[in-house]
Amino acid sequence: MGMTMTQKILAAHAGLESVVAGQLIEARLDLVLGNDVTTPVAVKEFSKVGIDKVFDKTKVAIVPDHFTPNKDIKAAEQCKFIREFARDKEIENYFEVGEMGIEHALIPEKGLVVPGDVVIGADSHTCTYGALGAFSTGIGSTDMAAGMATGKAWFKVPSALKFVLTGKMQKWVSGKDVILHIIGMIGVDGALYKSMEFVGDGIKNLSMDDRFTMANMAIEAGAKNGIFPVDEKTLEYVKAHSTKEYTIYEADEDAEYDAVYEIDLSTIRPTVAFPHLPENTRTIDEVGDIKVDQVVIGSCTNGRMEDLRMAASILRGKKVAKGVRVIVFPGTQKIYLQALEEGLVKDIVEAGAVFSTPTCGPCLGGHMGILAKGERAIATTNRNFVGRMGHPESEVYLASPAVAAASALTGKITNPEEIA
Amino acid sequence: MKARGRVFKYGDNVDTDVIIPARYLNTSDPQELAKHCMEDIDSTFAQKVQEGDIIVADKNFGCGSSREHAPIAIKASGVSCVIASTFARIFYRNAINIGLPILECEAAVKGIEAGDEVEIDFGTGTITNLTKNETYQAQAFPEFMQKIIAADGLIKYIQKDLA
Repeated sequence: MGMTMTQKILAAHAGLESVVAGQLIEARLDLVLGNDVTTPVAVKEFSKVGIDKVFDKTKVAIVPDHFTPNKDIKAAEQCKFIREFARDKEIENYFEVGEMGIEHALIPEKGLVVPGDVVIGADSHTCTYGALGAFSTGIGSTDMAAGMATGKAWFKVPSALKFVLTGKMQKWVSGKDVILHIIGMIGVDGALYKSMEFVGDGIKNLSMDDRFTMANMAIEAGAKNGIFPVDEKTLEYVKAHSTKEYTIYEADEDAEYDAVYEIDLSTIRPTVAFPHLPENTRTIDEVGDIKVDQVVIGSCTNGRMEDLRMAASILRGKKVAKGVRVIVFPGTQKIYLQALEEGLVKDIVEAGAVFSTPTCGPCLGGHMGILAKGERAIATTNRNFVGRMGHPESEVYLASPAVAAASALTGKITNPEEIA
Repeated sequence: MKARGRVFKYGDNVDTDVIIPARYLNTSDPQELAKHCMEDIDSTFAQKVQEGDIIVADKNFGCGSSREHAPIAIKASGVSCVIASTFARIFYRNAINIGLPILECEAAVKGIEAGDEVEIDFGTGTITNLTKNETYQAQAFPEFMQKIIAADGLIKYIQKDLA
């Protein structure tokens, strides 16, 4: 029986000829990742194992990005704790404030993941790296600790859903709209325990930034991972960012899928997820009159160059609506600098928005843009759960950078087609 | 091993943000986390919960963030088991890894109501609703996971290999 792309990567890392869905395997890890919220718990667990070294100091990455620059004393203590661990264990890929970025924007940029890798990260959006044709999945702190100790992790081999993408997206539509559309279609547990494998002719029309955004939100459908085939765009990205050796895996023609969905990208409209689940999607044409108090553009989902270029192109030469707070977060320091060089920061600031240092900040209700009771935000982030960005009685609407930027100008959720 | 307690009941898609909001994640101390467990979905949970109590919820329990603080907060609250129709996959791993018993059982979720007194026999996977005098059969863990549970969590399990 044929294997899916994910199954092939897992089989190779388990030293097996083949695997089948449901099989429990132990796989070799190419990277183990953690952040400032999850790593402290992992370090405590690691210390119980009773060994002094991590399995490979080049294959562990620690990125303090959630509550940094430190938002309070407790957060500072947590960061200090993991900084000392990283120093003590000589972790090569520890990224301090000033060189760090939002982990899932930073790790690919640093070339730490290449096609065919197996990656675990103590952060649910670790599934982002599926954009590079790697198997990449979120786990918790204890799994991170065990991964740092042994260089291995156990997995139940997932079955898969196949998404055949055709056509080309309309102007103002991006990867965010595609993945919101898919989550709206299959639900927040529609891919529970499964892989989401994206294939088809339409993939060539998706930029790497679109693919990162789509793979990033696979977890919002409950998936174990999301994965894209490796093509010329992937290899161009990999060659520009990494010197690591890579392996290209392709799904077998007779691979089995639990379901196959065909999606014509040209039919997808700008899409918004209403509170309080990412599956509560409506097209921009069905949104109605929704006023917003805050606009957040950035995060591991949408804090890359194309996202900032899109936002700046809409804000350029205009002013954000009176009384609306607009906060823009670049994914990494490198993205920050490039946005500066391209004049995007000027466009954004002149329009009356804030341009922040990279941080996960408001996405998870950490800091840098918390909502008060009854307030409402439109955000390019990934979750709109109860209390996600602040008060339990606040609301988050999820959308693309284009919709968020258009909404910044009007103070209500707005179709970018009407602004341009 | 058995557990017995009163039931707190919730619906679909209870996410880890409502189990333990991020505003409390500047600590990983289990007792501190327990003070805010379930705060954004059930503000009186932390005051009402008693040692041995059981959480019953419908589909996709523990979805969202990978924060292990969520099962840690539940366990430190004294909860003896979470029963759900399905669990989100990261929460499922985390619960097993830290030794919080969890069971998937749709029939139990349908039959059990908030406040019911429930007893669980982990050896057989039998769930008994003492209030309604009903029993439900949960799926047994795969053998591999039973070994992790028997070792009292993943860290002790891997210690054997590394020793």
